[in-house]
Amino acid sequence: MSGTIVEIVVAKGDETGSAGRAAYEHPLVVRWCHWINAISLFVMVGSGLQIFRAFPSFGAKIPQKDLLNWPKAFAIGGWLGGALQWHLTFLWIYLASGLVYVGYQILSGNYRQVLFTRRDIPGVWPMVRHYFFFGKKPAATEAYNPLQKHAYTTIIGLGVLSVLTGIAIWKPVQFSWLAWLMGGFHWARLWHFLVMWAMLAFVFGHLVMVVLHGWNNFVSMLTGWKKDPEY
Amino acid sequence: MEPDKHEQVTSEERRTATPLAPPEAGTEQPEGTVPAAKRPSLDVKQFARLSRRELLKVAPVLALGIFAVPRVQESLLKKGLGFSDWASERLFRRGHLAPTFAETELTPFEKFPINDYDVDDPGVILKSWALTVSGAVQKPGEYRLDQIQALPRFRQNTRHVCVEGWDVIGRFGGARLSDFLKMIEADTSARYITVSCSDDYYESLDMATALHPQTLLCYEMYDRPLTREHGAPLRLNVPTKIGYKQAKYLTGLKVTNVLDKVGYWEDQGYASFYSL
Repeated sequence: MSGTIVEIVVAKGDETGSAGRAAYEHPLVVRWCHWINAISLFVMVGSGLQIFRAFPSFGAKIPQKDLLNWPKAFAIGGWLGGALQWHLTFLWIYLASGLVYVGYQILSGNYRQVLFTRRDIPGVWPMVRHYFFFGKKPAATEAYNPLQKHAYTTIIGLGVLSVLTGIAIWKPVQFSWLAWLMGGFHWARLWHFLVMWAMLAFVFGHLVMVVLHGWNNFVSMLTGWKKDPEY
Repeated sequence: MEPDKHEQVTSEERRTATPLAPPEAGTEQPEGTVPAAKRPSLDVKQFARLSRRELLKVAPVLALGIFAVPRVQESLLKKGLGFSDWASERLFRRGHLAPTFAETELTPFEKFPINDYDVDDPGVILKSWALTVSGAVQKPGEYRLDQIQALPRFRQNTRHVCVEGWDVIGRFGGARLSDFLKMIEADTSARYITVSCSDDYYESLDMATALHPQTLLCYEMYDRPLTREHGAPLRLNVPTKIGYKQAKYLTGLKVTNVLDKVGYWEDQGYASFYSL
């Protein structure tokens, strides 16, 4: 269904003229997953940082050298036990939204729109030049440019890693092989933390692009329809 | 290979696909006035209506906002935590052993943290100490330390993980809880064992964990008798559980089917079945 383009017409008396086009970009499942995931990621990061406050270090307990004193105001849960309740509740919502999204993308074939493949490599540099060095904007032939595809593919990989590193911390005995792969419980905890920052970097870039691309683009994640697409 | 051409074709196909909502009857445009003949069209009002409808379909996501309502928040989070506990119980495997480590990987004894919740030493009188056994057992009563030490001794280098996030590898020695349960002729079809401590701390273990071969009634750390800070004369060592389950200064052990309270931290909101 996504990819459908309609012509929007306006009638004045007997005359009918075009009022632009609109493309159906985001099927309902994708929109649902996007917003549920956005909310649950917010809660997971907020409660995760509160959990981190209980032992803000990746070294030894004795002597303890704190890495950073994360302010309580930017954390969720109020105390370690409260934060764990949020974390252990929303992990299921987070996981479900991720699984449904990936499952839907695969089954619907929609993944072809967003999956970064070898074909996208030649388009990366022109796009980087455009975004960061005021280069000419490459012509858009698809809904997503190579850098967007790269971002949307990487974030799924990071999402998978966030879950795997989380499992290794939560269940380092039952999934001892997973913890072992990450270098043990100690390292799994560090990976979990680093994956979070990588995801936050994506969110930051994502929000900057949302602002730059304007209202129609933002609305498309709510209604599915993007007015006046560039392609 | 001409992958780009292929892509062109598929996106062209997509563009000419049937629209999501066909124009309603009676509003069809007269032939020839539609700008792109092949392209489906909607008038401005129809498009606005379609957009509104699609927006409404996303609205149920706002149901997550219920977590922001103070009155229900607590019970919802309790349910979420309960669900995680349920999953933990499903994931626990009786025969699966916690990783063990070489001597060289041990955290030095003096760097093994002492996490107490009020005192480092509740003043246990070691000379007259005994473990009071009660509940679903054939041989209740008082058990002296030498009776527990007479059971086969096991030593293990295992990881101790604190809910705060730190972890250490320690060397623990003691009797298997499963051996002790045999000695006191406990009904192992009961669901839990609970322990009480001389410092008012209390804990519980599910029976599967109590019977796990690495679950010890621990009276030694680093091959020496437990020091007072580490819970002399007897503590739990459960490498398949989070740190707060490993109660120190044990004074009582009960086999039971009902838990009126779960544990010191659990009853304040921490996970009840925190298996690793």
